[in-house]
Parts: sequence; structure tokens; C-alpha cells
Amino acid sequence: MNPEILLDELERDALTEIVNIGVSRAAANLRKMVGQQVLLSVPSIDIVSQTRAARLIGEREVSKLVAVRQDFKGAFSGRALLIFPHEKSLELVRAVTRDELNAAELVEMEHEALTETGNIILNSCLATMANMLRQSLTMTIPVVIRGDSATLFEVWRDAPADAPVLFLYIDFTVRDRNISGYIAMLMNIPSLVAVKELIAAFIERVVGSDD
Amino acid sequence: MAVTVLIVDDSKLARIVANKALLALQPEWQRVEAGSAAQALEVISKQQVDIALIDFNMAEKDGLELAAELRQTYPELPIAIITANIQDEIIARARAINAAFVSKPITKEGLDGFVSGAALRLRSKNP
Repeated sequence: MNPEILLDELERDALTEIVNIGVSRAAANLRKMVGQQVLLSVPSIDIVSQTRAARLIGEREVSKLVAVRQDFKGAFSGRALLIFPHEKSLELVRAVTRDELNAAELVEMEHEALTETGNIILNSCLATMANMLRQSLTMTIPVVIRGDSATLFEVWRDAPADAPVLFLYIDFTVRDRNISGYIAMLMNIPSLVAVKELIAAFIERVVGSDD
Repeated sequence: MAVTVLIVDDSKLARIVANKALLALQPEWQRVEAGSAAQALEVISKQQVDIALIDFNMAEKDGLELAAELRQTYPELPIAIITANIQDEIIARARAINAAFVSKPITKEGLDGFVSGAALRLRSKNP
């Protein structure tokens, strides 16, 4: 399905810009954690089925994936994921602990470090978006999940597998470290309708009539 | 002297916001827009541009690459890089090419420092 069906051109532009600002702030926070520059792509926004969303990531990553997942609820609800190829996960942990841990400690710390990194990245991204839309969102505790892309996306009861969802994703890499991954967000259609209204109000505020 | 500001951002909304902030600060300035680095280069090849506001995160060529290119041809052009991505490397790259740094979302207050500085530089060049 084409996003234009639900969002007009300026609304889609505004949503991309809001996501861009959210993710840019998140990248600045990740940079503080890993001590290296974080490079971002331009956000992609699509309305697809959950199955298709999973495939969009799955097609690009052959290996197993690790994700930190947080659900958010409020005026609109959805799910945010920080996703890495499985083999990059320890490298990320090594980076956020600034190479101070030995191999055994790394494995021991992995879960906690992933959870905390995901929490900081996803929260800074979602909080920036919520602030710009003047809404408050509550976020669940981050959980770490492992599996292929289908596993990461499948168990979202708010939307059946074939129902269309708003799917946003950005890829990122950490310079001079062998780390790359995605920040992804899913919203179901009732949420998208709510988001559309909030975006319209946001556009009205920033474009508005001359104040 | 008529001053022309080039606003480069792949988001139309962001260009509208930048336009409004500029209008509030310097209502007599002309404003031209470009939706990509390529468009910006086209605009600047055809008309006089005195100041450039450039978004960082754009597809194909990013804002810092565009700014670096412009800097070679226009050593004195006041340039501001606009982004929410306040990583040290990005700020350092902006400084290295003598570009200012303005954080997104753009507000009148956030843009004021750069705009006043640029206005001053332009006046001292063209008294």
C-alpha cells in the first residue's frame, strides 16, 4: 500500500522530518556511548504488512538478528526496535564498554549493555518525536530478542501479520567499528490515523498563519 | 544591498520553517530554496547567493559535502549547517570548513546568532 493513501505529501514530509530529528538525537547519544561517529541513512517510510516489514530487513540481513524492543503507548501506539546482526552484538557491547572488558565479562554484560543501549537510543528517538507532536508516550521496559527478522516482527498482537502497518527504518553504522544495524518503528493503522491528526496539528503550528 | 539566502533541505516542511524564521529575523532578505545538494548547486550557478543554510542529513550528497564544495568556490560565503545530529565529528567538520552550526528544529532564536553574524559580515564587505 502506498503511504500517500493515508498521508498527504506534506504530512509524509513532516513525519520523515520528525523521525529524522528523533533519530539524529538518538545517534548523538549513541556517539557519546561508543565514542565514535555514528553514520545514519535518510529514514524510509512505508505502509506494508508486518510480514513485508520483516522481509525488508530480512532481505538485507542473512544472519540471525538481535533486537532491543520497546513498545510505546499514548495518543498513538507502536513498537520500536534497535536491530543488529547477531555477530555485531558483542562488538556493540565492546564499544559501549570502551574495550575495558575481557571476553568472559563481555558475554556476561551483553544482555544488560544491549538493554541499556536500546533504552537510551529508542527513548531519545521516541521522546523527541513525542515532544514535537506535543504528546506523552509511555514506554515499556526494553527486552532483548533474538532470531530471524520474522521472529522480531511477528509477535505484535496489536496488528495481525497481514494488516498494514506504518514501517519506518533507518540504518546506521559506527565508524571505525564493525557495527551496523537499524532503528525501526512499527505503528498500526488506528495509530497512524491518530498520528496523521497530530502531524496535521504540528504542520499547522510550524507553518501556520503568520504569527 | 539585497541579500539572498539559499535554504537547502530535502524536507519541504523544514524549508518552510527555515523560511518563516528568516522572514521574522530579516524580512527584507530574499529567500531561495533547494530540495537537494544538486539543486542547490544549480541555483547558485545561476544567481547570486549571499548566505546558505544547509541541512545535514540528505540523500545522495549530504549537507557537509555540499558545504565543503561551496566553500572552495565561495571562501567567504556565510554557511550554516542545520541538524539535530550534534555529534562531535559533525560539529568538527562544520568548523573545519568554517561553517556555523544551527540545531534542528530551527527556531527564530536558534537562528538569530548565525543570521546577525552573517548580516554583519556582509555589511562590512559591502559598506
